[in-house]
Amino acid sequence: MTTTLPTTAEETVSIEIGGMPIAVRTQDPSFRRLIENRYAGFVGTSRTSHLDFDIDLCEPSESALVDDQGNDELEVKIEAGEWLLKRGDFRARWNSDTGRGTIRQSCSPYAIDCVLRIVHSLILARQGGFLIHAASAIRDGKAFLFSGVSGAGKTTISRLAPPDATLLTDEISYVRRDGNRYVACGTPFAGELARVGENQSAPLSAIFLLEKGLQNRIEPLDATEAIQRVLRNILFFAHDPELVKLIFQTACEFASLVPIRRLVFVPDQRVWDIIH
Amino acid sequence: MAEKYIARSSAIASRLLGGEMMVMSIADSTFFTLNEVASVIWQAADGRTPLSEIVVGKICEEFDVDREQAQRGADRFVDELSQHGILLVSDHPMTDTSIPMESR
Repeated sequence: MTTTLPTTAEETVSIEIGGMPIAVRTQDPSFRRLIENRYAGFVGTSRTSHLDFDIDLCEPSESALVDDQGNDELEVKIEAGEWLLKRGDFRARWNSDTGRGTIRQSCSPYAIDCVLRIVHSLILARQGGFLIHAASAIRDGKAFLFSGVSGAGKTTISRLAPPDATLLTDEISYVRRDGNRYVACGTPFAGELARVGENQSAPLSAIFLLEKGLQNRIEPLDATEAIQRVLRNILFFAHDPELVKLIFQTACEFASLVPIRRLVFVPDQRVWDIIH
Repeated sequence: MAEKYIARSSAIASRLLGGEMMVMSIADSTFFTLNEVASVIWQAADGRTPLSEIVVGKICEEFDVDREQAQRGADRFVDELSQHGILLVSDHPMTDTSIPMESR
């Protein structure tokens, strides 16, 4: 689904992650600048977009953002044929047929950041890709992912990256299916490094599951453990049975095409000597 | 003892990999890796074949194992997976309409 932006292009910012432009339109100039700064490097000039969101800013305390129970937990579901995304600081609707949606949110970058992550994860799920808790980098034209839960070492390995490595993200990696291979793309979704990744992509060469240890070594994993570990780290927000099945099949396909290894590492630069 | 009939739930995702069946519950993401014997029971769980027949016709036949021992193992396996809602168990054959489409 591709839509053409309406005429007031100066109100619109096209955020292009993984080669997928998503247009967001706001009439608030300061919020527009905030978005442009936050997603610097990922703001495109494309006049066509995969999705088109109108942003309606409101006060954080406004009742429209809080449900009857005062619940601010993230909820993602299909309601009346549209995706409904809501949390304490935003409420968004998105029609996947028309490619249009609305976001009602406070003037916070975290709300739109969360909406973008969810939307990309839902779109990618149908295309055989996914977002995953992983740092990623390109070296010699090949992309490597370093996956793990919080504290596993994603930021550490990113910080230790040598000058010839291009950092795609230190927190959330973007993995797209491309025929019989997978491609890793840069994302603006930063972790502790608080640094937006480079907007570049490269064929994925391997994924390493991080584990801190006393020496640097790469260990094989059996296929079922590899799939389980990857599944555990894939970002998935909707408990839609059909999508869960898709993600499961995607993880199996991924494991059949991309080497998945355990990387035990000491937190110093020498770990990158074995990444190639 | 009453006969058992087993069928695969539709609320799962599964994939055969190197002779082992991986099964994930959609409800709670519980993950199971079934060994070769369990995978044979899983694949035979059509809701219409009695478990005892699966044991004799598939397990004892293909794995050269004692019937009593095979039945005990099959019962344990069925109990565990049914507790997670991954296998449906009944004391009578499940009709086509009672078996989820995906399990047929």
